[in-house]
Parts: sequence; structure tokens; C-alpha cells
Amino acid sequence: MSEQDQHSQQNENREATKTKESQRMSRRKFLTRSCYAVGGVVLGGLLGYLIPKERAKPATPPAPQKQEANYNEALMFFTQEQYAITQAAVERIFPADDNGPGAKDLGVAFFIDHQLAGDWGFNARDYMQPPFYVGEKTQGYQGRINRREIFYIGLRELQNYSQKKYKKDFPALSPEEQDAVLTAFQNDEVNVTTISASGFFNLLRSSTLEGVYSDPLYGGNKNMQGWAMRDYPGNQMTYTNIIEKDFTVVPPQSLRDHL
Amino acid sequence: MAKKLPKTDVVIIGVGWAGGIIASELTKQGLSVVGLERGKERVTEDYYMAHDELRYALRYDLMQDLSKETITFRGNEKIRALPMRQYGSFLLGEGVGGAGVHWNGQTYRFLPYDFEIRSMTEERYGKDKIPPGMMIQDWGITYDKLEPYFDKFEKMAGISGEVNPLAGKRSNDYPTPPMLHTPSMKMFVEAAKKLNLHPYTVPSANLSESYTNPDGISRAACQYCGYCERFGCEYGAKADPVVTVIPVAKKTGKFEIRTHSYVRRILHSGGKATGVMYTDMTTGEDIEQPADIVVSTGYVFNNTRLMLLSKIGKPYDPATGKGVIGKNYAYQVIKGNAVGFFDDQKFNLFAGAGSLGVCVDDYNGDNFDHSDLKFIHGGNIAHTFTGQRPIQNNPVPEDSPRWGKEFKANSLKYANSVLTIGSQGSSMPFRHHYLDLDPTYKDAFGDPLIRITFDFEEQDRELARYLSDRCGDIMKEMGTDRILKMKELGPYEITTYQSTHNTGGVIMGASPDTSAVNNYMQMWDMENLFVIGASAFPHNSGYNPTGTVGALAYRAAEGIVQYSKKGGLLV
Ligand SMILES: Cc1cc2nc3c(=O)[nH]c(=O)nc-3n(C[C@H](O)[C@H](O)[C@H](O)COP(=O)(O)OP(=O)(O)OC[C@H]3O[C@@H](n4cnc5c(N)ncnc54)[C@H](O)[C@@H]3O)c2cc1C
Ligand code: SF4
Repeated sequence: MSEQDQHSQQNENREATKTKESQRMSRRKFLTRSCYAVGGVVLGGLLGYLIPKERAKPATPPAPQKQEANYNEALMFFTQEQYAITQAAVERIFPADDNGPGAKDLGVAFFIDHQLAGDWGFNARDYMQPPFYVGEKTQGYQGRINRREIFYIGLRELQNYSQKKYKKDFPALSPEEQDAVLTAFQNDEVNVTTISASGFFNLLRSSTLEGVYSDPLYGGNKNMQGWAMRDYPGNQMTYTNIIEKDFTVVPPQSLRDHL
Repeated sequence: MAKKLPKTDVVIIGVGWAGGIIASELTKQGLSVVGLERGKERVTEDYYMAHDELRYALRYDLMQDLSKETITFRGNEKIRALPMRQYGSFLLGEGVGGAGVHWNGQTYRFLPYDFEIRSMTEERYGKDKIPPGMMIQDWGITYDKLEPYFDKFEKMAGISGEVNPLAGKRSNDYPTPPMLHTPSMKMFVEAAKKLNLHPYTVPSANLSESYTNPDGISRAACQYCGYCERFGCEYGAKADPVVTVIPVAKKTGKFEIRTHSYVRRILHSGGKATGVMYTDMTTGEDIEQPADIVVSTGYVFNNTRLMLLSKIGKPYDPATGKGVIGKNYAYQVIKGNAVGFFDDQKFNLFAGAGSLGVCVDDYNGDNFDHSDLKFIHGGNIAHTFTGQRPIQNNPVPEDSPRWGKEFKANSLKYANSVLTIGSQGSSMPFRHHYLDLDPTYKDAFGDPLIRITFDFEEQDRELARYLSDRCGDIMKEMGTDRILKMKELGPYEITTYQSTHNTGGVIMGASPDTSAVNNYMQMWDMENLFVIGASAFPHNSGYNPTGTVGALAYRAAEGIVQYSKKGGLLV
């Protein structure tokens, strides 16, 4: 079987087997197999925690008959225009190809939108006290504006530069033209004042990879397809049985399977 | 006016590894201990959703909230220090367990050479081997004297390992056998043996099998889950203060942990500590906790900062080289490495454990001849297998673009086919590397931040290049298709993660003229104040620090108990 075939096979299996009941059984089995107790001693509060109590049936909606709408696919921060520019840009950074979907189909623009809406967008856990000075490169980011504002300005500048150079909006450019625009930002060949063009590009690139590969709970990595492309198994209870072995494909699971 | 609480025997500032060890050892001996921790309470159940790379590895869920407190940094005294506004170079702990929650668990003992570095270097190579400005000094204790305390730490944590043929003598084997070996680890061992090196399995605080320690604490075996470094362990398999020493202290009924309690000053009068002043972060109230003995275990930066803010000990002055608080700040030279790209071989890189790996010490300490080399000391060289999570691990060959079609193809191609051999270069102290209070930037209370003045020196550049070449030798022998090696170390920068192995600031030694604490971590200038952590290291070795921090903490605990009975300087 080719690796591609293996992927699609696994995807089907995954869709077919996920029920709450089967997960519960497998966790039970896992705990028994892995000798969770030492000489019969129960280890801390963890054991009780790992085996869900029978009565504690979570109030999950009934299993869907067919594909349900994903209500998470809406905007918390971006305008529609900003969303469209982001979607076009991230697709150039991580494009669809023979290996599988690109950032656009993986939901990366939704991921970025949702991230900017929260703590991270406000740099809530960063030190943002004045005074602000331009520092050495070795001293790291010293700007006063937060990630929300960087995106706000950066996306507008992508649009401005596209208009200036090609008389078109960024999303309307050909893929080659979009690459040229992004390259100009990457190399600081664009004259923007309030932010660093390359700083914005790097933020765009790193958040693209975050959206491709973070747990699907954040809105990207749709259906774990980001992980599947690189045979990444996501969240697993244990690898003790394969750690000594040669490369092994393990069907991916997300944190949803852990609940 | 601060509210004043009833006096306790001992108050501990920060409940991480050092604080947890002190709490368990002192309460076992009947002392009443209050532990003040600025962060929150932690339990194993918190990590049930821990396999989340974004939340823990990239958003730093378990680490110190930098909006309240950070450090400032400058490469040298001529430039303005600026705050570390976002995480990079190192990741500070916060909350019960400290950085001991999200550490890897690689648990080494420093070498006999480390503790007597100046004497032994001069003896073998002569005084001229040590360049001007390099401030290495003996630690005021020998390896043999510390050995029983290393042993104690390893038994408490259940360290899994095998004897390192090039290290100091051990009184006992490791309490649990070494971790399992992956195929790539076997390749490393083979290659190292062919090169006549002495490979061994990295000593691990991720348990290779279930284990009950001398305190009666039982923990389960590691599951090689691949979410270890930067994460809490949902199995309690990784030794962390929360699942080892803290429950022992709590069980005595003599330990009270107060979370959300930010210690801001050590109070003292007439040359003795009288207690501490802290702010209750939930109410904003300032509270005074009197104590007979004060123990500072707030990690390198806050140990040093609290001495300076509280005006204890003589601040270090780089102009004269006099004074001790803030002296000998050192770090780790970690960038000397070799990355091997395997075109036709795949590995289970998604799996792994924080301390899973194999290593050699043939180029560490003074285990090799430095006569013709332009550096002293060296570093441990290891191939670790810690779980290559997908957001942070996208290595591509040097000539590959960093984004776009070709990047995607290459990053997917090599996602499971890249092995790394890395080195942990030691870091020697220099006269103009130090910690002091920043003149400009403040924490959330308005107190000055600690300021780091540090850069890499010629010693570090030579060492990194040398270690990188040695990593390359082994990688080549492992049969890779191409190797990417560090070429130049470059300046120290605060932006990329290197290691949370900061050292110095409140160093130990044999004399109050050159050190702040004696070999019981007791302040020379204030006999009822003990300052414990890697802040006591006069230099940093070519290993992770915590095994040695643990040993020093056990020794300090013994000293504190002794002091509580007799008083006076212990040395
Ligand atoms: C990602 C990572 C991986 C690591 N891997 C390894 C490894 O493999 N091997 C190894 O040997 N080491 C490793 N380390 C280093 C290791 O974590 C530290 O050496 C160790 O935790 C230090 O223990 P400590 O008790 O000195 O400090 P910490 O564990 O950091 O504890 C200090 C505590 O003090 C508290 N505190 C600080 N200031 C105050 C204050 N003013 N008031 C109240 N509380 C305060 C903090 O909140 C914290 O809880 C790693 C570190 C990191 C971040
Ligand atoms: S790798 Fe092992 S020790 Fe580390 S978090 Fe996973 S199970 Fe725990």
C-alpha cells in the first residue's frame, strides 16, 4: 500500500470508529495494560480521574447523521476583507499540493482570526510597559503595538503595495504576483513605517504553521489533515509499544478524543 | 502598614524544586514551614489536556507571566538594557512546582572537575591557561563531599540511568534502569563506539518503570508520550516537586503553601533576617510573615533580585571586581550541534520523552586534553529523542526556502527523517557578565527588574565550534545523507530558545570575599538566610543544572536543621 493510500484508509477508519463508548473502553484497557497501580497501590487521584465515571455521561448532542455545519467558522476579529487577504497570503506560505491541502482549506485564516481575538492578540502575557526604544536585534521585539494592530496594519499594507504595483487587491493577484509581494515584505523592500515589514511577514509565517499543525480545537488543521500529511499522530496516550520500533504509522487523534 | 502574621520557624520564597526539597526535609525534622509561591496551586489532573503544543509550547501556559515581571538584557555595558518583552532564550517557571513542572528531567551530576575548576585547570595547564577576565573559582566543596546528596536527590526522583564511565564515582547505581532505546539511539551508540567514545543513556527523571521512593511516594512509568519539555506530565511519571517532595511535606502537617503570594522583600535588622514581606495577589494586600529562618528559592533571577532589593550582601561592581551579589552570571553554550537529514530512513520522531537520549562525556569537563585548544571545559554531547512536535519542528536543508511550495514539500519529506546531535557547552563567568537592578524598567509593583549583562566570549565561540565538529563526526558515522552544522556561534541573543540553565548571582565559595554563600547555601553576611538554586553556581558546567541544584538543596536542608538547633555560621 502506498503511503497516500494508507492515509485515506486511516481517515476512513477514524471516522468510522469514534464513539464515546469505544474511547472509554480503550482507556480502561490502556490503564490495565500499563500497570497503572504500583503493587496494587493506586497512584494519586489520577487513576480515578482517567477512568470516567459511568454516571458522568457528558451531554453530547446525538451523533450527526450527515456532515454538520461548523459553527466555529465565523469571524471574531477580522473584517471580511482582512479575512480574504489573510486566506490568500497563508495559502502562498503553505500551498495545496500533491501532499494534501494548503493553509486555506485547513482553516488557517479562521485560526489566526480566533487567536487575534484573545489574549495573544492583545499581547496580554508580554511585557508591554514603556519606555519603548529601538534596540539591538539581539534584544528582541521592542515595539509598542500589539499583534492585533500589527495584523491590522500589515494586511492593509499588503493591499496598498499590491495596488501600487499591480493595480489590484492582493487576493486578486496571480499566485506568482502574490509570492512577489510576500517576498518584498520578507526582505523589507516595502516602505512601511509603523511596523517592520519582515516582522509582519515572520508573524504571518509562524502563525500559518501554528494554524496548520495545532490541535483542530483551535480552528485550523481541519480534520487533522495537517497532521496526516506528515504522519503526525497528534495526541496519544502512550508510545511505549512502538518507541523501540522502526517507523510506525499511528492514526491521529485530537484532544477531542481525550475528553 | 503591612498586616503582620504569627511567626513561623521557616519561610520559603518560591516552591519549585529547591523550595520543595527544603520543605520536605525540614518538615520531616519537625520544623514548621510556610511556603510562599507567587503562582497557583498545581495538580496532575491539570495536565489531562496537556498534549497541546500551541497552548503549552508556544503560548507558554505554565510559565511566568511576563506582563508582571521580566528581565532586561544588554550584550555589554555600553548599550541600553531593554526588557525581554516576549519569551525566547529561556522559560521561567511560575506556580507550585516551578520550572520543575515543565522541565525535561535530564538529571546529571556535575563533574569532580567542576567543583575544583580553578585549582585543577592551573595544575594541569598552568595559570596562563585562564584568560584575563575569566572569573572561574573553586566552589568551596568537592564532588566527593556532595556525592551523598546527589544520591539522595536521585533516589527521591527515581532517576533512570546507567553508569557514566567518565563521571565521578557513585556510591550506588541509579534507582531505576535506563530508558528504552529507539533505533536512532542505537545508531548513535554504535557510531560513538566506533569513534572510541563512551556512550551511555541520558539519566532520566521520566521513570523507566514504576517506582516507590524512600519517602513512600509511588509513581507510574513514562509512556514516551512526546509532550514533556514545556508540558506537565499527566501520568506523574516525570519527577516534579508536585508529585514527589511537596506531598511528603504536606503529610507532616507542618507545611503550609500560600499561593498567589509574591515575595517582595526579605526583612532584616541587626544583621539577621526577621521574615519577608509579600503581596497577596488576590487582594493586593501587603503582608509580613516573620520567621526564624528565611530560605530564598525563587530561581537565579529572583534570588539575586531579592538580595539587591532587600539590600543584603555587597552588590557586585564590575569596575573593581569587588562585591558578590550579581557576580558570575553564566549560561549555556548550546548552539554547537549537527543536524542529519536521512533521505531514505524514517523514525518515530513524534514519540519520545523529555530525557530520552544517549550521550557522551568524552568532550566534557577536563576529560580531554585542552593543551592545544583555545578554551577550557567542554560539554556533554547527546542525541535526544524528546518528541518532535509539528509546529516547532520543520527542519529543511540549508538551500531550501522557508515558505511556499518547496518548503512545504521539504518539511513534509523530512518531518520524520531528521536527527539531531546537540551539545550543552559549559559557560565560564567573566568579569563583565553580571546581574544588577535595571535603572529604568519596573515590575507590576514598581520594583526594578533584574538586568542581565552578558554576551558570548572567544572561549564560547571556540567551544561551540569544537563541539559542533564533534557532533558532526558522530552524525557522519551514523550514516546521514547530509549534515547541517552550526558554523558560527554569533552574539548571545534573547530571542531563540537555548536553555533555562541560567546560573550565578548569589554564588557559593570558601570565602566571603569571593562568594555570597557558604557550602550550606548560608549567606556569609546573614546567618539565618539561605539562598538555594543554580544562583549558587560559580560557573555553569556542560550539563543540565538540576541534579546539582537538587544535591545543593539536600545539603542546605541538612545545614538548616543544624542551624535551627545551634545557630551560628555552619562553616
Ligand atoms: C523547558 C525547560 C526544560 C528544562 N529541562 C531540564 C532538564 O532536562 N534537566 C535539568 O537539569 N534542568 C532542566 N530545566 C531547568 C530546571 O527546570 C530548573 O533548573 C529547576 O526547575 C530549578 O529549580 P528552582 O527550584 O531553583 O527554580 P524553579 O523550579 O523555577 O522554582 C522557583 C519558584 O519560585 C517562585 N518564585 C520566584 N520568585 C518568587 C517571589 N518573589 N515570590 C514568590 N515566589 C517566587 C516561582 O514562581 C517558582 O515556582 C529545564 C527548564 C525548562 C524551562
Ligand atoms: S514523556 Fe513520559 S515523563 Fe514526559 S510527560 Fe510523557 S509520560 Fe510524562
